Amino acid sequence: MSRVFMKGCEAIAEAAVRAGCRFFAGYPITPQNEIPEYFSRRMPEVGGVFVQGESEVASISMVYGAGCAGTRAMTSSSSCGIALKSEGISYCAGARIPMVYCNVARGGPGVGSIQPAQMDYLQATKASGNGGFQMLVFAPSTVQEAVDLTYAAFDYADRDRNPVLILADGVIGTMMESVELPPMRSDEEIAAIKDSKKKWTALGHRLGEHVDIEPGFWSTLDQQKWNEEAAALYLSWEKDLQWEEYCVEDAELVIASYGISARIAKSAVNLLRREGLKVGLIRPITVNPFPYKAFDRIDYSKCKAVLDVEMSIPAQFVKDVSVAVKDRCPIETCLCSGGNIMSRDDILAACKKILEA
Amino acid sequence: MEELVYTRTKAVFENAVSGFCPGCMHSTVAKLIGEVLEELDILDKAVCVKGIGCCGLQSNYFAFDNITAAHGRACAAATGIKRTNPASLVFTYQGDGDLASIGLAETVSAANRGENFSVIFINNGIYGMTGGQMAPTTLVGMKASTAPWGRKPEEHGYPIHVCELLNELTAPYYLERTSCNNPTNVRKTKKAIKKAFQNQLDGKGFSLVEIVTGCPTNWGTDALGSLDFIEEKMLPEFPLGVIRDKSKED
Ligand SMILES: Cc1ncc(C[n+]2csc(CCOP(=O)(O)OP(=O)(O)O)c2C)c(N)n1
Repeated sequence: MSRVFMKGCEAIAEAAVRAGCRFFAGYPITPQNEIPEYFSRRMPEVGGVFVQGESEVASISMVYGAGCAGTRAMTSSSSCGIALKSEGISYCAGARIPMVYCNVARGGPGVGSIQPAQMDYLQATKASGNGGFQMLVFAPSTVQEAVDLTYAAFDYADRDRNPVLILADGVIGTMMESVELPPMRSDEEIAAIKDSKKKWTALGHRLGEHVDIEPGFWSTLDQQKWNEEAAALYLSWEKDLQWEEYCVEDAELVIASYGISARIAKSAVNLLRREGLKVGLIRPITVNPFPYKAFDRIDYSKCKAVLDVEMSIPAQFVKDVSVAVKDRCPIETCLCSGGNIMSRDDILAACKKILEA
Repeated sequence: MEELVYTRTKAVFENAVSGFCPGCMHSTVAKLIGEVLEELDILDKAVCVKGIGCCGLQSNYFAFDNITAAHGRACAAATGIKRTNPASLVFTYQGDGDLASIGLAETVSAANRGENFSVIFINNGIYGMTGGQMAPTTLVGMKASTAPWGRKPEEHGYPIHVCELLNELTAPYYLERTSCNNPTNVRKTKKAIKKAFQNQLDGKGFSLVEIVTGCPTNWGTDALGSLDFIEEKMLPEFPLGVIRDKSKED
């Protein structure tokens, strides 16, 4: 382990390299340019490949190709660039090609604003492309967590032969923090990982053993069978649920929030607790699947409301929160968007308004 | 003494019954690719990246590794494979809608980077799989299901000449246009494919073979009629020959 002071984007890239990522393709877009820039310097040092793709559409298809050849591969972008990648993401899911990608989200819709936002929640968690596939989606709230989740993402992707999304935002991507970097996987380990996929990867095979990687089927029965197997895989992710529960037990008000908003909300919780106000926080780390059961831990006989805090107008994360709360208490919102960062003062005011009502 | 003069390529499944339309040249090209892979002894290294379209049907015939890329993205996917696995012999296999319309950016960009893989480009002047819509290579005046009165330059522009377009770039190593409309051209096509693959084995960079083929079904003709159409209409628009061969400059 080594402790260093790093920018979020660069730390994510370094974590990927340490996890054995040896192919990265991406296209410039703020606020994630430091990811491709870092890979362009770093990949040659570790015998990996960096390609600046001609577009997001091409970059994700390059990653699809590298994944088909058994290489741990990654791409990243921000919001409108991620939208363009949805074609290739769906192809990776359809052909069961492992890969990791990161959305350093910004304002939207359209080209939106280049500043941090959480406007891509529903796209990220419900339908990142056509065809009803699902992915594990992780939302870090610190640079350290972004590092740890990115590192683990490659194992999840290979385990499931499925894409994994790191849903970050412009704050996580551009903020500098002290981080502990995970160990570097050795060349031998990386070769062994690639070797373990030989049976299904398109590297060239002897006659009679050839591999055919298809993101679809001619036969409707085969396609349905594939969908059923995928559905079973998605159900198996219940064991992978991660969330943070903070001061929930006696809470009269519980904030539901994720990513950078949750981090700001947590500092609001600390201030309110110092004033003797019983406020807690539930922060989903896996946002797909969503840890609905985390909200069963709330004591609804005491809890006046759940406050949804997110950097999205209209609110999106709140849709999952309301499924989780199941009408057991009212849900209020504290929102911003447009690239404006969540204000702690606004959260404090929203909490007090509910508690004093 | 019996002498073996011809044997079926092992690279195409022996028990496969062709699902291509009568007169379609995809099966001819499959045979040529298979023979070349065997002659170069690289069947176990081959990875074909198929485009979307009738090209995709080749997975029913190819007995070597192959994948399907998103529509038009074959050159991007091939970049990912070849860059991370340089020991493979990687080639894309794409139609004109795939390579020259939706995938034009991927094609030109891979060629411009001088990627060390090969492209087999099936130019039949029409969208085959989806039922005869206008392609970027459709001839002026030629009818298509989305150009019922024929391609009009003032509305649709002119057919794209992919080899000539790529010849504007510095990086490509080898560009040749061939056809499969008669035995001589079939032999030339095989030679061109072999050259493209050999270039890749020698690390020379980007090679593309454009093969002018027929689509009797969507051209509204039969197998023999399509051969005449190629000779009389397609080849004057898409002249055959080597457009770029850097080995001649070496
Ligand atoms: C993104 C996307 N758009 C459209 C299609 C529908 N589609 C399937 S094949 C094809 C055209 C194929 O034409 P071409 O590339 O000329 O190949 P051919 O079938 O003639 O061999 C199209 C448009 C698709 N599969 N994906």
